[in-house]
Amino acid sequence: MDDREVRWAIEELINAYGQCLDDNRLEEWPDFFTEDCLYQILPRENADQGLQIAVIYCDSRAMLQDRVTAYRTANLFAPHLYRHLMGGVRIGGRQNGVISARTNYSVFRTAIDPIHYGATEVYSVGEYIDKVVFVGDVPKFKERVVIADTSRIQSLLVTPI
Amino acid sequence: MATFNGEPRIDVAWPAEGVARVPYRVFFDPAIYALEQERLFRGPVWNYVALEAEVRNPGDFKATFVGETPIVINRGKDGGLNAFVNRCAHRGALVCRELRGNRSSHLCIYHQWSYDLEGNLIGVPFRKGIDGKGGYPPDFDASQHSLRKLRIAAYHGLVFVSFAEEVEPLEDYLGPIMRPWLDRVLNRPVRVLGYARQWIGGNWKLYNENVRDPYHASLLHLFNATFRIARSSQIGGTLTDKRGRHNLLHGYQREAQGETAAYTAEGIKTYQAKYALADPSLMASRQEHEIALTFSIHSIFPCLVVQQISNTLAARQIVPKGPDQFELIFTFFGYEDDDEEMRTMRIKQANLVGPAGFISLEDGHAIELVQQAIVRDQEACSFIELGGRDTASQEHLVTESAIRGFWQYYRELMGLN
Repeated sequence: MDDREVRWAIEELINAYGQCLDDNRLEEWPDFFTEDCLYQILPRENADQGLQIAVIYCDSRAMLQDRVTAYRTANLFAPHLYRHLMGGVRIGGRQNGVISARTNYSVFRTAIDPIHYGATEVYSVGEYIDKVVFVGDVPKFKERVVIADTSRIQSLLVTPI
Repeated sequence: MATFNGEPRIDVAWPAEGVARVPYRVFFDPAIYALEQERLFRGPVWNYVALEAEVRNPGDFKATFVGETPIVINRGKDGGLNAFVNRCAHRGALVCRELRGNRSSHLCIYHQWSYDLEGNLIGVPFRKGIDGKGGYPPDFDASQHSLRKLRIAAYHGLVFVSFAEEVEPLEDYLGPIMRPWLDRVLNRPVRVLGYARQWIGGNWKLYNENVRDPYHASLLHLFNATFRIARSSQIGGTLTDKRGRHNLLHGYQREAQGETAAYTAEGIKTYQAKYALADPSLMASRQEHEIALTFSIHSIFPCLVVQQISNTLAARQIVPKGPDQFELIFTFFGYEDDDEEMRTMRIKQANLVGPAGFISLEDGHAIELVQQAIVRDQEACSFIELGGRDTASQEHLVTESAIRGFWQYYRELMGLN
């Protein structure tokens, strides 16, 4: 692949990821990652102080699957929709087959419970700090660190960002 | 709001059943909320505000709240702790404009009045005017214009402040029943591992009920029941101090016989025997305290919860933001002498608690469900009779006695009889 093809493939990965979550196809979400991946949602408040506690911390694809299982069968929460808007994707250098990327995101959350039906709020804004590898022709996240400027979480967080 | 002998008075028709009933009005009436700020948060209580580990060095400060009032705590040059209201003595502006940091003095940017680390006024621009014109009158006395100072005390690294002169010493306030359990969890120096903030659309007292409520722990949170962190059938109980204000909920690793049978016999929906983790490393834990409890939830009136759930340790501060919202600030910590494996365990287990916690995220939802449904029905009441009608400590987890304890002390402080 030349640089333009790599760039296109990674942008496609980043956008497909957002649409997967917005469509609530959560069972497909772990497939965006390598088996030994790291996924975490880290409040900016902690990231800036070098503190490691994350809101969600998964260091394997199996842990992502556990999040999905819990979402479907265990956790209880107000039903809602997500809409991801991504922008400003910048693809950095490649080192030992690992390509770094950085992308801004915003997530709007729309309530579909009977009390707040149809109301939308800015739920979270921040950036993705990614490390992407190609498995064959398919790009996967080896690392996806969500740095959430929105340290204050409204109600709860159950759907991944 | 009516007044009685110059004191604000609120007539609440508290039912004859006493603390086994709570009129919903106390969760949404703005007049009650305003009275709480005075009688309760500024009353004879100690409000948790920080861990000492957050203000370790001279000049370290943290901006936080007592009730709704913004305050600052900092470590003085002498190593002592100071606390004051974060409001300039001149014209009322917020003095400290950062969440945390280190400063040798505090400067109000509006007119550059400056204060030392104890809150004393040390600098006033143009105090004597310019060329003999203007300035303050000759009797201006800087010592009369300090920031409003609060009492401050620490217990095993937990920092508390009080507006009240008449409050008992912190050790006595925590009391002989709660202290040994706090000692257990805070038995050596701690290190902050990170923060989480959750903004919940409900009254702050609903959260105080939630943390004193072992009934919901395994019914609302499937993870608790299935992974044996907290189950109503396990050996454990609730310890409440004499006045009902503080409480410990705790559960031992030892299992009561036939506990799974108790869940399946009742057809409890949140107990799913087949539920298994694809990556069980989440639940890897290590016993680290002499008394092995899978969980111990220390609720200290009015705004602190110290949690030990498996190896996750955190101080949760409840900050009221009006009658129908509050912020819950989690300060996760470990011990200074944690090894690498333990540090990793704590980071992984943090998935269990906090705003996205497998066994806690429902709390935010449940509290909002209550707030949404009670609106307008001020005379209607909740029904709190699980485990009887009194506030006594109980050696089991099928009880709401700790919730009744909270209301006993709340009514005493608020004068709602």
